[in-house]
Amino acid sequence: MILSLTRRALLGGGAALLAAPCLSAGAKAASVVIVGGGFGGATAARSLRRAIPDLRIILVEPHHLHVTCPGSNAVVGGLGPLSRLEHGYDQLRSRFGVEVVRDSVAAIEGDARRVRLLGGGWIAYDRLIVSPGIDLLWNEIEGYDEAAAAVMPHAWKAGGQTALLRRRLEAVEDGGVVVIAVPGNPFRCPPGPYERAGLIAWHLSRTRRGCKVLILDAKDSFSKQALFQEGWAALYGDMVEWVSGAGNGRVVRVNAAEGWVETDFDRFTPALANIIPPQSAGRVAVAAGLADAGGFCPVDPATFESRRMPGIHVIGDACMAGEMPKSASSANNQAKIAAAAVAASLAGRDFATAKAINVCYSLLAPDYAVSVAGVYEVAGGRRAGVAGAGGISPLGADPHVHKAEAEYAAGWYAGICADAWGA
Amino acid sequence: MRSLAVFMAVMVLAAASPARADGQARLMAETCTVCHSPEIHSPLPSLAGRPAGDILRVLLAFRDGSRPASIMDRIARGYSREELGAIAGELGRKGAP
Repeated sequence: MILSLTRRALLGGGAALLAAPCLSAGAKAASVVIVGGGFGGATAARSLRRAIPDLRIILVEPHHLHVTCPGSNAVVGGLGPLSRLEHGYDQLRSRFGVEVVRDSVAAIEGDARRVRLLGGGWIAYDRLIVSPGIDLLWNEIEGYDEAAAAVMPHAWKAGGQTALLRRRLEAVEDGGVVVIAVPGNPFRCPPGPYERAGLIAWHLSRTRRGCKVLILDAKDSFSKQALFQEGWAALYGDMVEWVSGAGNGRVVRVNAAEGWVETDFDRFTPALANIIPPQSAGRVAVAAGLADAGGFCPVDPATFESRRMPGIHVIGDACMAGEMPKSASSANNQAKIAAAAVAASLAGRDFATAKAINVCYSLLAPDYAVSVAGVYEVAGGRRAGVAGAGGISPLGADPHVHKAEAEYAAGWYAGICADAWGA
Repeated sequence: MRSLAVFMAVMVLAAASPARADGQARLMAETCTVCHSPEIHSPLPSLAGRPAGDILRVLLAFRDGSRPASIMDRIARGYSREELGAIAGELGRKGAP
């Protein structure tokens, strides 16, 4: 058991060796274990290091790179390679003294304050931060399972699925229809499907004739809707069509082998179907009992400590943060608040929470972006938008406004990635 | 006896509040450096090394709409004058919180 972890640790980088199994929290330095190395987990690790120089910080992450979902629609649209979305853990190890263990958490034992690793052994913690992102709910749409996703990609976790959707898009011929199926709330990245629609239209409008992007939605309204619809019309005419849930847009059934997608009343056989299925908190959180019946994890909005298991904080897409959307920006800010709450609790200090921000840019074309921003306070037991603040980019803006927002979007991406994994 | 307890509670709160406020200001300021990163070259200006007074003046101008903005007006309106002052103090003091 120890041998297998050691071998993996050596492959993954020397620092992970320190996180040998069966280490207790110890009498001196406290230990915090973080589950998941995405925007939430990586940012939490760095924030904890800033707060407590001698803290043991152990990040458990099964992949040697994180591939970000932000930016992945641009890869689908052909604006850049997938590799530019990849972020490794070297700086977390070398600059910030984080022990990165390349493994999956098989179980969280909240009473014993330890996590069990899939590869064997366990790691004890004083506080646990769980940031597992989402998992996809297979067969919620009848016929949509992992095998179907190899034909009708979801591309809602970035990586191989992103590359697959790009390849499938390149194979779409003149006159082809691309269907994007969008789930009901809540789901990861509320504006993401609509950004994707625009960037797919951008690709098709430049390389093909007579193509169409058909969004089949379970919902009757969506994030930044007026801005997207204004932009699609200006950039692509009537090429992008949105069908609401009330307009019979909810996809209920697919058949990957035959290539069709069904709503309650209509069947479509598109050249390419991108099915974004309903989602839950990452499996590890659900299995630990951190999620409620809706599949996501209720938390104290001031500290992001689980409402169901004390000593465990849940951040990012997996948690229910009131009005804060499931976004990288939310995960970043939640990570900092949770880390500060953890640091205060380890030091026996009171903790006063702070307002949080979400900032989100969406591209409609390489030089055309729109944004939404919000400031969120704790009110009525949840994170609620501060009245009078936040909102979307102005409607009817000059092209230079959207061009500037595209540049800011690139700056935001570089900054938030540097904030998580190092510059 | 009861009045002594109340007095003690007030004293404890009074002693605790500056530290709490400090931590809150730092937490709020840490959201700024996501975009205004001191670590990378970006179209968004770094705030490192700027005096707190300059940062506060710009934030207040975003807040009251007197300075043209992209998203900073939408964000600044979410904070009180006192909060913006505390954030500017953090950013101005350290550049990178």
